[in-house]
Amino acid sequence: MAEPLLQLSGVHTHIGPYHILHGVDFAIPAGQLTMLLGRNGAGKTTTLRTIMGLWQASSGAIRFDGQDITKNSTPNIARAGIGYVPESMAIFTDLTVRENIVLAARSGPVDSARLDWMLGLFPALKRFWNLPAGNLSGGQKQMLAIARAIAEPRRLLLIDEPTKGLAPVMVRSMIEAFKALKAAGETILLVEQNFYAASALGDNVIVMDDGRIVHSGAMREMVEDKNLQQRLLGLSLDAHQ
Amino acid sequence: MTDMAVETTTSSEPLPRTKTDWLPLLLVPALALLALPFIGSGSTWVTLTVAGLAMGMMIFLMASGLTLVFGLMDIINFGHGVFISLGAYATLIVLGPLAGWGQADSVWLNLGLLFLCIVVAMAVTGVVGAVFERVIVRPVYGSHLKQILVTMGGLIVAEQAIHAIWGASPIPLQLPQTLRGAFVIGDIVMERYRVVAVCIGLVVFIGMQLLLNRTRIGLLIRAGVENPEMVEALGYRIRRLFVSVFVAGSALAGLGGVMWAFYRQTLTAGMGMEVMVLVFIVIIIGGLGSVGGCFVGSILVALVANYVGFLEPKLALISNILVMALVLIWRPQGLFPVARR
Repeated sequence: MAEPLLQLSGVHTHIGPYHILHGVDFAIPAGQLTMLLGRNGAGKTTTLRTIMGLWQASSGAIRFDGQDITKNSTPNIARAGIGYVPESMAIFTDLTVRENIVLAARSGPVDSARLDWMLGLFPALKRFWNLPAGNLSGGQKQMLAIARAIAEPRRLLLIDEPTKGLAPVMVRSMIEAFKALKAAGETILLVEQNFYAASALGDNVIVMDDGRIVHSGAMREMVEDKNLQQRLLGLSLDAHQ
Repeated sequence: MTDMAVETTTSSEPLPRTKTDWLPLLLVPALALLALPFIGSGSTWVTLTVAGLAMGMMIFLMASGLTLVFGLMDIINFGHGVFISLGAYATLIVLGPLAGWGQADSVWLNLGLLFLCIVVAMAVTGVVGAVFERVIVRPVYGSHLKQILVTMGGLIVAEQAIHAIWGASPIPLQLPQTLRGAFVIGDIVMERYRVVAVCIGLVVFIGMQLLLNRTRIGLLIRAGVENPEMVEALGYRIRRLFVSVFVAGSALAGLGGVMWAFYRQTLTAGMGMEVMVLVFIVIIIGGLGSVGGCFVGSILVALVANYVGFLEPKLALISNILVMALVLIWRPQGLFPVARR
């Protein structure tokens, strides 16, 4: 079996006096979409932030494409090819949509083919191209946050709860966008609370609870196993539809 | 580096333009026009307005660096005043060997002398700013109370260092020969140095606006003001940007110090600290972190001070506070609020 693109081994993270991650182990295969599920406070966001170096792992190892990035700084981790969309979206509201994209393309101007592809995924952004990003609705901000993460080719995308707080119609268009990203061969680690969205997208699933990995496997198995859904998530897929 | 390649999108629809918030910009001409009937004489009005603009530009030069430092780095730098003083004293480095340029009856030699003073002052304050950031500011990132205490301490130490180097007595400073006196057009009197100050202020303002709005560095600074963590997550090293902005902010204070020194024609170690109340007022009025707001705020405060000083001298002392209060009642985040982290 090929070496995974991202591998976490026994990762512990402390935030101040609090011990949040307790020996997290998982692997993300290249070219697949892996869902990271779990209830609020399970440690999903902490896991993504630890991978990005925004919070330092206190022990354990994070390997990306065979390289140990555990102690790397956030800019170096980003430069290695990891794109990050935080739960807060963190778009630059004072900058226009265009300026947000220009800034995200660190290595140089976005070529027109890539820009067309991005605006094809999120056509609403074109209408607001020269407007301050702060004027966008919640769903449009989420689109911009994802567009910013793919403004230049990335090897791995970490996306934190992109459908949170969005209207159902916006959730559906977001699912379509992720399907397109998947079809384009992007490797994605996606944190999600919405099991309906997760089941529609994921190749693999990892479930966290209380800072630990409690399950990992193929998404298909979890979709087919109602007892597993009930035991790990407290809800079945039926309840989300 | 400008980055307009993205403009060549294949969009078939016309793209909307960015809306400009004109209201705060209209405040300055509205205020000037409002003052005209009260002042009565057109020539006096022009004289007061040009003097106010010049004063506003000098305040802007001294304050612009601080608003960037505060906006990007979230650092409350009470030591900013020392860079104004240091920039002013740095003129002595140039005026010593080149005193003859100041006495010459040549506009070019005189302007050249002023330009050299500015270059040397910016270099000195930039270098000292880098040391100040490394030694005094960096250990207290994230703690406003410690920043106030430590930067105040740094200010006191630096002022004493100025005393030790240049002496504690005030040092008189003469304007270069051709910058003394005034242009007289009919009944209108405009001091030459103030006109030069307006020109330099405008050049710096336009340069900063171009830098902030038309370059990637400018985008980074504006983005860093709002969310430094996300800037890092995009692969940029924000620490380097922090240091660069601090150095640039210190150098701008040095530039302001040179202009302020020639305006006062006296050097004292405390001259920077004395003007800091005004500096804080304009960056609060403008919106913390906003260079455009700082520019408009500086002109507004200076014009009001001039008009009120002429019409009702007893009110002049509190006019700045009144302007700040009125602006904050209208716009509590300042004239041009910058999105904050």
